Amino acid sequence: MPKVRGKIEIDQERCKGCGLCISVCPTKVIEFSESFNSKGYHPAEAKHVEKCIACGFCYNMCPDVCITVYREVESA
Amino acid sequence: MAFEVILKKPEALTEREFTYCPGCTHGIIHRLVAEVIDELGIREKTIAVAPIGCSVFAYQFFNTDATVAAHGRAPAVATGMKRARPDLYVFTYQGDGDLAAIGTAEIVHAANRGEKITTIFVNNAIYGMTGGQMAPTTLLGMKTTTTPYGRSAENDGYPLHVAEIIKEARGVAFLARTKVNTPQDVVKTKKAIKKAFLAQIKGLGFGMVEVLSTCPTNWGIDPVSALKWLEQHMVPEYPLGVFVDKVGDEQ
Amino acid sequence: MSERVMVKGTEAIGEAAIRAGCRLFFGYPITPQNELPEYMSKRMPEVGGTFLQTESEVATINMVYGAACTGTRVMTSTSSPGFSLMQEGISYMACAQLPAVLVNVVRGGPGLGDIQPSQGDYWQATKGGGHGDYKLIVLAPSTVQEAVDLTYLAFDLADEYRNPVLIIADGVIGQMMEPVTFPEFRDLNTLPKHESWALTGANGREKHIVVSFDIDPYVLEKMNLELVEKYKKIEAKEKRWEEYKLDDAEVVITAFGTVARIAKSVVEQARKEGIKVGLFRPITLWPFPYERLEEVSKGKKLIFDVEMNMGQMLEDVRLAVKDHAPVEYYGRLGGVVPTPDEILQALKSKLGR
Repeated sequence: MPKVRGKIEIDQERCKGCGLCISVCPTKVIEFSESFNSKGYHPAEAKHVEKCIACGFCYNMCPDVCITVYREVESA
Repeated sequence: MAFEVILKKPEALTEREFTYCPGCTHGIIHRLVAEVIDELGIREKTIAVAPIGCSVFAYQFFNTDATVAAHGRAPAVATGMKRARPDLYVFTYQGDGDLAAIGTAEIVHAANRGEKITTIFVNNAIYGMTGGQMAPTTLLGMKTTTTPYGRSAENDGYPLHVAEIIKEARGVAFLARTKVNTPQDVVKTKKAIKKAFLAQIKGLGFGMVEVLSTCPTNWGIDPVSALKWLEQHMVPEYPLGVFVDKVGDEQ
Repeated sequence: MSERVMVKGTEAIGEAAIRAGCRLFFGYPITPQNELPEYMSKRMPEVGGTFLQTESEVATINMVYGAACTGTRVMTSTSSPGFSLMQEGISYMACAQLPAVLVNVVRGGPGLGDIQPSQGDYWQATKGGGHGDYKLIVLAPSTVQEAVDLTYLAFDLADEYRNPVLIIADGVIGQMMEPVTFPEFRDLNTLPKHESWALTGANGREKHIVVSFDIDPYVLEKMNLELVEKYKKIEAKEKRWEEYKLDDAEVVITAFGTVARIAKSVVEQARKEGIKVGLFRPITLWPFPYERLEEVSKGKKLIFDVEMNMGQMLEDVRLAVKDHAPVEYYGRLGGVVPTPDEILQALKSKLGR
């Protein structure tokens, strides 16, 4: 069964640490960062990006358009 | 391993960072409207009418021509624009004070006339920008800064069901109430918003989506808990569904 | 050259707007101007325009705001209580610098008042009826022909200065019928497009925004200072007034609109009785012709201001005249129109005769 591999990038400066993406990620890719961004939030971080399945739930729930989602291109 | 982008910031949003509180679902809804505008290819022919409320700054966030209307009057402003330029697409984006309190006349009459405009109505049962006062959509018993003992039907009346009122207007071509507290509902809301725009594009009449939304700051709870609160308290009060659909299946 | 036709004031204003290239009218019924929207409801479809009866004057002014955002010529008309409802929208339009033509057929007030002619909205029109620092260009016709000419001009002024322009009439002008000549139809292709700022879709260009606010007070101050500069330009160029038999006058009546017309009869009658009276009639109530009135007042025995209100333009007359001559006032209120006789009696008593 081919597994969809994905990757996400989270804009650490835009992120307000709301946690919605963390609460919906089915494979627990995302965690709060230990460090602060310049707004004073602990932004969300793709800590376990190898577990990403490109479901897009994090993108759907992010209220600040911080996340870009990638999917692995199938090679022929 | 090569990756392709599948989801990113829509063209119809500018680079501006949103001024909304952390976890406020306004941001999700903005993005959905922008995605729909991109998919329909209408960004360069669209005018956004922002309200008075937390989303007053929407005129900065949408990458379209935009204005800010007086409180509650966005449907009238949109009517003026659409009657002047029927070739353009006009949408209003309004909160519950703007649309359901001061603006009830304007939304009812725009819907009644079947104005070919699209309205996105963000219902979070409270006034955000002004600091958490009661809205017409506030639930009974809900504590706000102007209902410190909880909203009472006797003094303050009942939560206003906007979709149920608007559905009676025969000029309505699409009307739905959705929510955005889960990823699946976000997808459903996007479909509804698309149809509300198609009602305008196809010249069928007025299109509106009432979106049940969270306000973590003024509800006094964290953003993730707010998603659950919406499910537990707002959904029983405000039935979800498609009330009017003259658009049919998307082309 | 158009022929002369006999037409009612309100309808004449409507037709003049159409000649000026206006193809959009939003309005709500209110006496004594209902013939204007009714006329437009018939006439607009004939010229391919749009007429919409709205749900309120509040909705009306916001529709005018929206249409004006697209750079399209648009107008509305109302009467005093409706004009009050429009004030927030007018303030928004003034700040956002939107062109439009508004008509107020003034009736007795304040409050519900009555439906008879009045001039009680002068302060509201010229000192701002809405909040904030702003001015409307205010044009006061005194005949139906002048109402036609000023309406046609109003659209050009509105577009040139990106400002709402108000035609202030009263129930007399609105309801009376006079022969007029209408201007030729403006070629719609020659209308200004306002491409630098209008909301017409960001088609191959940066997005435009039209807003009447900024959260940063220094930016809002800049926006206000732009208005100050604009108003200075308008004051320098657009003052209009009429001087009637002032050359040898010892007494100058100041009046506007319908009362100025009545005052001309007073001038004639007074002169028959040996009193050399003339008339100074401001046509632009804003910008007010202070300088010229000051010149005219020098050496006069009396400046006699007559209005259908408590003495509203009187304050501007006093400002203009300073201490060059004594200023006295006669007025009727509540929708009562003064007769030439009573004005002349009052004038004579002020002169001690």
